[in-house]
Amino acid sequence: MSDEVITVYKHMKDLPSSRLLGTGTPMCAGCGGLLAIHQAYDILGEKTVFVNAAGCMTLLAVYPYTPFRGSWLYTSMASAPAGAQGVRDALDIQLARGRIKADEDLQVVVLSGDGAAYGMGLSSTSGAIEHGLDFIYLCYDNEGYANTGQQSSPATPHGARTSTSTGAQGFGGHKKDLFAIWAAHRPAYVATVIATEPVDLARKIEKAKGLKGSRLIIALSPCPTGWDFDPQETVEIGRLAVKTGMWALKEYENGKVTHTRVPPKRAPVEEYLEKQGRFAHLFQPRRNQAMLAEIQARVDDYWAEVEAGNA
Amino acid sequence: MTRALITGNAAAAWGARLAGAEYVPAFPITPQTEIIETLAGWIDAGEMECRLVTLESEHSMITAAGAAASTGVRVFSATSSQGLLYAMEMIYAVPGYRAPFVLVNVSRGLQTPVTLEPDHNDVLAARDSGFLQLHCATCQEVLDSTLIAYRLAEDHRVRLPALVNLDGFYLSFTREPVEIPDRAAVDGFLPPYDPETTRFHAGEPVSQGVVVLGGTYYSYFRYEQHLAAQRALEVYDEVAVEFAQQFGRRYDAVETYRSEDAEIVFFMIGSFSTKAKDAVDRLREAGQAVGLVRPRLLRPYPAETLRRALEGKKGVAVIDQNLSMGMGGVLHGELAGALYGQAGMPPVLASFIGGLGGRDIAAEEFYEMAAVTRMACQEGSTPPPRLLYTADELRQMRKLQAVAHAERMEGRK
Repeated sequence: MSDEVITVYKHMKDLPSSRLLGTGTPMCAGCGGLLAIHQAYDILGEKTVFVNAAGCMTLLAVYPYTPFRGSWLYTSMASAPAGAQGVRDALDIQLARGRIKADEDLQVVVLSGDGAAYGMGLSSTSGAIEHGLDFIYLCYDNEGYANTGQQSSPATPHGARTSTSTGAQGFGGHKKDLFAIWAAHRPAYVATVIATEPVDLARKIEKAKGLKGSRLIIALSPCPTGWDFDPQETVEIGRLAVKTGMWALKEYENGKVTHTRVPPKRAPVEEYLEKQGRFAHLFQPRRNQAMLAEIQARVDDYWAEVEAGNA
Repeated sequence: MTRALITGNAAAAWGARLAGAEYVPAFPITPQTEIIETLAGWIDAGEMECRLVTLESEHSMITAAGAAASTGVRVFSATSSQGLLYAMEMIYAVPGYRAPFVLVNVSRGLQTPVTLEPDHNDVLAARDSGFLQLHCATCQEVLDSTLIAYRLAEDHRVRLPALVNLDGFYLSFTREPVEIPDRAAVDGFLPPYDPETTRFHAGEPVSQGVVVLGGTYYSYFRYEQHLAAQRALEVYDEVAVEFAQQFGRRYDAVETYRSEDAEIVFFMIGSFSTKAKDAVDRLREAGQAVGLVRPRLLRPYPAETLRRALEGKKGVAVIDQNLSMGMGGVLHGELAGALYGQAGMPPVLASFIGGLGGRDIAAEEFYEMAAVTRMACQEGSTPPPRLLYTADELRQMRKLQAVAHAERMEGRK
């Protein structure tokens, strides 16, 4: 995009200090997903209804408590976008008939993990985008069915050990490209974010909030329990995900993909992998050079495509 | 008021239209599709102010229905058979939102094998979900029950979704004369939807469908739903009286036909009960004291009314158009539960399975069921359950098996 991006979030000091999301949730210490939701909610504001699909964050609203200032609807694992459709349509009907005022309107936000976003919920997601549903889909991607103990999901990276991929090679599949699946529907907006890049995250939420139509935000969410690292490492691992080029920060709008943070000199992927227990088998008891080279090559190929203007 | 010759599907659509449904999440499935096509046609022609959205599945459709009802609009939806089962996770989930709406189910048998024709296994799979269930026997009743269902579901004492059931083909595609009330008359019976405190809008946050930790809290909310469903029994009676005052048609929770002085009664739901009525008339002509008891309301279960209707009878022939594999008829088991141990109840409760996948129940079969039940009364013991099937049907089946066998042998050459 050649357009100058107009944003209020240029530096860390510009970020809101509101902290709309309450504390005391039952999320794990160091949860990278909760960090992203904290940051996103401050920008989305309290005129938001979260439509939730089964996952870790379903445990945010446990009767009689909720950390949200606004509303919450739990649906199912597969159909949160359809719940968003029902809420959005019902709000529109009431707005059109004057039963609610414009300032009573809500931003409808689906909140799900990668299990729903990359897998079980794809059918209803595709349906919602096809309808041009005016909603934001916020996916906290912790690369596994984390709430049930980190089984392999369609978002699990190649080689990662999970509770259902315990062999020497880890997970044999490859992380599904949800960004591309969404972009293929030509929605209003798609972006990847990570909480350890808060200014980039804030600008993307800000941009998504200002648009109409179907909008996706995928937040890579370092998961101490699922990825097996010390909770104090969450921020460092998040930064390394970007620095090594493993997690590309980008956005899609008007048919075009733009990378918002291109690491000037990418660190070797090993620096990211070796900090996580789920990749320990690539280093111990002996180094799995072939797998490490394969992972590095995939990342290198991706960025070569970006530099060639193909991704 | 106008009188028209319309199908059961059209009657359901008229019910939704007259109720002022504002939102219809939809998905096509035979034999229900005509309902959503009819509504879509009216909306496109500007005759009905409503938004219809085709979701990508029934699972999503029921999710959207529950979500929209929770946001404050009057919702209508319709499905059938595999569609109802595909939606089943949400069929069990949305009653807990306590946001009422009406779902029409056009009954159709479940696979396997695949059939398009009706029986009640689909709707009975939803019987423990928290949806109220109204079962119809005529096209007029389909329209009227849809209106009654909204009143019942939206009542402050109930606040649960309601399912109106009609049999595929026999009602869905059969034209009958139906009185279509004026909108003004319906407005006098059914006030605008009041979402009460359950609606999403800025300024008054609501949390719906949240987690509870522990059986104590879980049980509380489940008991609340059950008690609300039970309260729907008395509310239904009130609503039926008001409906009769407004429209002149009376729909009691349990329909009884010539059962007052009957010794033996047929017990069943749905459109085939009209066949049973005809059989009752013939048997009466032959001097037999036979009647019919038909629950319209299946959830909540009108146990007390059924006990009153069946008290002092010698025997009941329960006709189930469903089959719980390895158990038998669902209605039979439920009725036995309602009557057992109560004074004055019929000693014989005979079970008959029939009318599966569109199979007819012929007049002769009703006569035979009455005879079997009478014989059991004389012997003083309930006979084993019977699966209705005629010698002629078996001959036809054998013919197909012979064809299948020949084809198989041919393939081996």
